[in-house]
Amino acid sequence: MELLFDNIDQPGLNTLEVYRRDRGGYEMLAKALEMEPADVLAQLQASGLRGRGGAGFAMGTKASFLPQGDMDKYVVCNADESEPGTFKDRELMQKNPHLLIEGLAIAAHAVGANKAFIFIRGEYAYVATIVETALEEAKAANLLGTLDLWVHRGAGAYICGEETALLDALEGKRGNPRLKPPFPAVQGLYKGPTLINNVETLMNAPIILRMGGEEYAKIGTARSTGTKIVSVSGCVERPGNYEIVLGTPTREIIYDLAGGPLDGKKIKCFFPGGSSAPVLPGTDEYLDVPYDFDSMAKAGSMIGSGAIIVVDEDVSIVQLALKTAKFYRHESCGKCTPCREGTNWTVKMLERIDGGEATPMDLDIMASVCDQIMGNCLCVLGDSMAMPIGTMIKHFRAEFETHIDEARERAGLGAANPQYNRDEYAGPTPALT
Amino acid sequence: MAIDPSRIRRYEHGSRVPGWDEAADLTKDPAEVPDPATTPVPDELRAEIESYMSRYPDFRSATIPALHAAQRLHGWCSPTALEQVACVMRLTPAYLTSVATFYDMFETVPKGPVDVYVCTNISCSLRGADAVYAAMLDAAGNDPEFHVKPFECLGACDIAPMAAVDGEYVGPLEEADCRQIVEDVKAGRPVLESKQLRRRKAAGT
Repeated sequence: MELLFDNIDQPGLNTLEVYRRDRGGYEMLAKALEMEPADVLAQLQASGLRGRGGAGFAMGTKASFLPQGDMDKYVVCNADESEPGTFKDRELMQKNPHLLIEGLAIAAHAVGANKAFIFIRGEYAYVATIVETALEEAKAANLLGTLDLWVHRGAGAYICGEETALLDALEGKRGNPRLKPPFPAVQGLYKGPTLINNVETLMNAPIILRMGGEEYAKIGTARSTGTKIVSVSGCVERPGNYEIVLGTPTREIIYDLAGGPLDGKKIKCFFPGGSSAPVLPGTDEYLDVPYDFDSMAKAGSMIGSGAIIVVDEDVSIVQLALKTAKFYRHESCGKCTPCREGTNWTVKMLERIDGGEATPMDLDIMASVCDQIMGNCLCVLGDSMAMPIGTMIKHFRAEFETHIDEARERAGLGAANPQYNRDEYAGPTPALT
Repeated sequence: MAIDPSRIRRYEHGSRVPGWDEAADLTKDPAEVPDPATTPVPDELRAEIESYMSRYPDFRSATIPALHAAQRLHGWCSPTALEQVACVMRLTPAYLTSVATFYDMFETVPKGPVDVYVCTNISCSLRGADAVYAAMLDAAGNDPEFHVKPFECLGACDIAPMAAVDGEYVGPLEEADCRQIVEDVKAGRPVLESKQLRRRKAAGT
């Protein structure tokens, strides 16, 4: 079933003319503007649409948190898609920018906002140009009513995908996350109530109005309604964006849609939802997990932004962990100590493992560092490193230990002495031989 | 187990921290909001920044677009560029420096005019991005016309390994493509036209 990706490659779909002629463009906005805001909100709530950016919070509920009244309210579209492995919003915005503008205008009407911004990451320069052109067309055709909508380009920082850091960046500051609460719905951009939604979430709004909220809720599973664009990348034959109905088995996405791993190799592990998601081993138990919010959470991971990164058996888990940790070290904004120091020390420990200076006890220290980052910062960037690194150690401890031994041999330091766990919560006890 | 001190990489001044010997001049007064009378700002830059400022309820929101504009004009976020932006926006250069040093796309040291961002993140490195980055450095690393930079995920893992050449996404790259990119840029042609992302159809169609 294709809702967002329906004939996405149609030539000229990014122009207002084709969008209005073939897709009934802006009809739903006109319909929404005739409805009471509360009725639009009720439709969104009835659809059960959950945020597609990562957290999976119900969009209608989030919108209903904004206070009623005539104060200045804002809608911000989070198009700062920086999660490694995610590229769905780029393709959606590039090929169908008017759907985003229409969805944004509908959301703005539902919450009573008259000022809106699309925050696009600076690297997406050509996509931003396409969206800007579409926006000018829509403004020239006088379709947006009283809504004042602008495209704002970022300048390259992963942290700006976090909603409060995005607001700081949009206010012209360094992108540092804020303390929550107050949540943006109460006090966000310029201290006004602000609704922040991902591109894909907003694009679903016109579709929901067309189908009716209750009809939309019938797609997918009971608590994960609708379709989802999944970005599959890494060691697969056909990397790309695929639209699936939520609840499709993960195996079907990786093998049937994306063609499975290269050269018929085995899957070692995969990130189910971008590099921030805990990794799952490529065993049947995990490949058969239905791809929806709750099933993935039950399996110990999350669907996050919907980016599956497949890692095949030839990849060294230590190199993968190092790459992941280095990314988070680079992108940590430095505001909270556990994240700033924790990401840095994790990289240092992984480099020691790689260089042959480590002992298996370093794995326990690393696991405890991850444990102490979790939940102790203003935002989840630190947790986003701790979760994949922690699960890599959990699932592939034997490989880490072999790597440590081999690297020690190479460095001429000799085998490490067997180490006992000194910390009770620091992962499973290694087998002594 | 002792670590050999000669293996620890140090800067010339003997510290592992860069720049500690470039102390701030404490005898100088802090730079204030530049005086418009003594700070010449090119008209087109002023007009562009002012049009950005008019879009937002708080004019400071225009900081990032204004720095983008200044970097385009001056080639990098030079002290002159920051001073001009500060003059138009009535902010201190220190505030702008704090913003410019936070974001990866702003350079506070001189750089070549053509930005080549090579993605070296997880998905791309699983498909050989590190070799592509090395080849790109080989082809253009010493060329003053280019600014080759390893970048975190650029959001185009479907064409991994990939690079963004002045904003144009190209991939999947092989090592030989790097030389072609340099030639295309020098000849003023569209970069690696057959591998441009904007021409690519959605997967599975």
